[in-house]
Amino acid sequence: MSDRILMQGNDAIARGLVEAGCAVAASYPGTPASEILSSIDRWRKKHGVKMHVEWAVNEKVALEIAYTAAITGLRAAVGMKQVGLNVASDPLLSAAYLGVTGGFIVVSADDPGPHSSQTEQDSRLLAMMAKVPVLDPSSPAQAMTLAGTGFDLSESFGVPVMLRPTTRVCHASQDIDAGPFRPQAREARFVKDPARWAATPAFRRKLHDRLSEKIAAIAAWPATAPVCMNPDVPARKAVAASGVAFAHARELFDELGISDRIALYQVVQPYPLHAGFIEHLLRTYAEILVLEESAPVIEMQVADRRRVRGRMTGAVPETGELSPEIIGRILSRFAGLSARAEPPPAAEGGRRPTLCPGCAHRSSFYAIRKAAPGGIYPSDIGCYTLGINLGAVDTVLCMGAAISQAAGFDYAHRLSGKTVDIVATIGDSTFYHAGIPPLIDAVVQGARFLLVILDNGTTAMTGNQPTPGTGIGAGGETTSIVDMEGLVRACGVRFCRVANPDRLPEFVALLKEALVHVRSLGVAVVIARQPCAMVTRPAGGEGRGAIVITEECNGCGHCVERFECPALVFDEAANRVRIDGMICNGCGVCVHVCPLGAIHPGSSGEEA
Amino acid sequence: MESDSRGKWGGLRRQIVLSGVGGQGILFITRLLAETAIAGGLPVLASETHGMAQRGGVVVSHLKTGGFHSPLVRTGRADLLIVLKEENIVLHRPFLADGGFLVVNAPAPPDAGPGVRVHAIDADALALSRGIPQAVNLVLLGFALARIGCDGTAGGFFCTAGEVREALSRRQGAGGARLSGSLAALDLGIAHGS
Ligand code: SF4
Ligand code: SF4
Repeated sequence: MSDRILMQGNDAIARGLVEAGCAVAASYPGTPASEILSSIDRWRKKHGVKMHVEWAVNEKVALEIAYTAAITGLRAAVGMKQVGLNVASDPLLSAAYLGVTGGFIVVSADDPGPHSSQTEQDSRLLAMMAKVPVLDPSSPAQAMTLAGTGFDLSESFGVPVMLRPTTRVCHASQDIDAGPFRPQAREARFVKDPARWAATPAFRRKLHDRLSEKIAAIAAWPATAPVCMNPDVPARKAVAASGVAFAHARELFDELGISDRIALYQVVQPYPLHAGFIEHLLRTYAEILVLEESAPVIEMQVADRRRVRGRMTGAVPETGELSPEIIGRILSRFAGLSARAEPPPAAEGGRRPTLCPGCAHRSSFYAIRKAAPGGIYPSDIGCYTLGINLGAVDTVLCMGAAISQAAGFDYAHRLSGKTVDIVATIGDSTFYHAGIPPLIDAVVQGARFLLVILDNGTTAMTGNQPTPGTGIGAGGETTSIVDMEGLVRACGVRFCRVANPDRLPEFVALLKEALVHVRSLGVAVVIARQPCAMVTRPAGGEGRGAIVITEECNGCGHCVERFECPALVFDEAANRVRIDGMICNGCGVCVHVCPLGAIHPGSSGEEA
Repeated sequence: MESDSRGKWGGLRRQIVLSGVGGQGILFITRLLAETAIAGGLPVLASETHGMAQRGGVVVSHLKTGGFHSPLVRTGRADLLIVLKEENIVLHRPFLADGGFLVVNAPAPPDAGPGVRVHAIDADALALSRGIPQAVNLVLLGFALARIGCDGTAGGFFCTAGEVREALSRRQGAGGARLSGSLAALDLGIAHGS
């Protein structure tokens, strides 16, 4: 038996942060970063480390909380996905000027591809814009190490440091030898200095100068300098790679047998790129290929455009993830190898994701289409984005936009003299995250739309993290509960009702009533409250066999098309629908969906 | 730079792709195999699918044992492809190396083209008949381990069914219904594969 343990990248990042004495950690869940905070909580509990760990209401709040701990001298970290960094960019850019006294790490996980995001933006570009150094790990093990390095870097120069893993690091796992904990034994000590912590524009200019000096010094910091994998090789070509692109390249160098001809460098700190490294590259090599995800951050810092190849020159595709297959082709070309016949790539596509069997969101969407046929349905970010399969999601922009877009649709149509029912959907977690300001705005402006808050009591998409409405904290501790109805009313909404969407007929009637209010009096809110089926009744569980479809089914396909429960399967040969007992959870909602009444609760059945 | 421990891990250097849809437990058996590798002293790298795809969409894991750097298996390089949802074969068949093994949850062995050694078991039917639909993953894994075995030279697994059994026991704790249920599912597969 070995002492090494299997760690997912996010687990390793968490371990690295806690090992290095992180005292305050906050996050808002988002793929691929979600597991970092829950893992921090596990490590601190396992080893009895005293910390404040929280799921914040959104990324901006999370960053501000952790940042503030870092200006009292404690070590602190905040974790989020790349689009979360957009939300948190306001405090980040300002924090870069003011700096920190304790180490401060912003983990922003990118998603080249994208696999589970709205964009494949590169957080390193935002680090560059903010003028904060960014570290780019190539593996879970390196991500763990860099968490500690990041704290040292942050404290050596008094700046926030970004740690930027990508999906292939966050969701890779690896055998790792965990290090010892290095408790910091510090006390919070805030030294008042309004000229710094509350700097006015005149001081900001000076702080900006100081930040630029820090960045210049960080570009010479030895601990994060690029590393050459084959320093003794005489080469006129070099590859500079970062992140998982480096890991792919390293393996391919061996396979293609080019390690004796081409120098391979790992860039650990893409910004600021070490000044000495840029000089060395230009002094030594005739051709330099840069492999990085997803923007040309390293590439644009290597000044001599005639010698650099990368995303800007077309040597590397401008968008998309750099798969090992793509890197293999690029490296072969760069090395002047004759192209080898490669097998065809694995195909994309296949079964599309759907809401889980028994998911109450499905009931809500079905009811919305019944109550407001021909309406416009703005929606938001979460599992319920999959309502697109049910024809009940027309727009998805970013967190919270369902509500502002509903208002925008109303104003635009009214200006054109058109009336249309607008029904927006947003999850509970997303509502708390970014839904409240647009709701206030809509009330003030007299917008006319129905908002259905899909309240399943959890942040389901990212792994069921608690919301402010659940009364549970990141470590399972009891917290205060925010009352959603009270909040909605306090925003000025006069029609606010709570109902269980799985009681389909009643729920459709309620939506119709709400729409009557909307047409004459403005915004109405219906809170569709029913817990996430993943939490209460996972598929294939107790409810199996509770539902039967009888001979009355004539194969009209209505339930399959409009209700789209994956446990309802169309049997082509028999021209009828069957229940897939492997995944049906027995929720019973489909009973109300069949126009012929062919779906019945079975012997062990339970009514919806 | 030739730090690659190819020679060192020689016969146990393996690349495995596991394919299914969200909810089938691909992640669980990937981690189980990874932990088995570590217990056997093998370095391991795996890559998982999370996020939207986990809601019933296509889920694929990559697992590499014995001194690799990249967490992803390239097309045409997998020694072994384990498929929990038959319809995924068309998507992920390209990962298999010439002469690789395809183990699939299907009522009958599908046609996977030339140069593939195919083994099929109807793990869905088996698991449903035993009332353990959530353990299809372990049934298929048990079957694959028993059928293909661990032969250091001729491809196949990097570990034995017994080693996976031990890792499963460690993972699920000292005992309890969960452990005995999981072991029973694994053993069911092993029995059908032997
Ligand atoms: S995880 Fe919960 S909210 Fe998400 S689709 Fe499944 S049941 Fe619905
Ligand atoms: S009872 Fe009907 S709606 Fe509910 S999970 Fe089963 S098939 Fe789907």
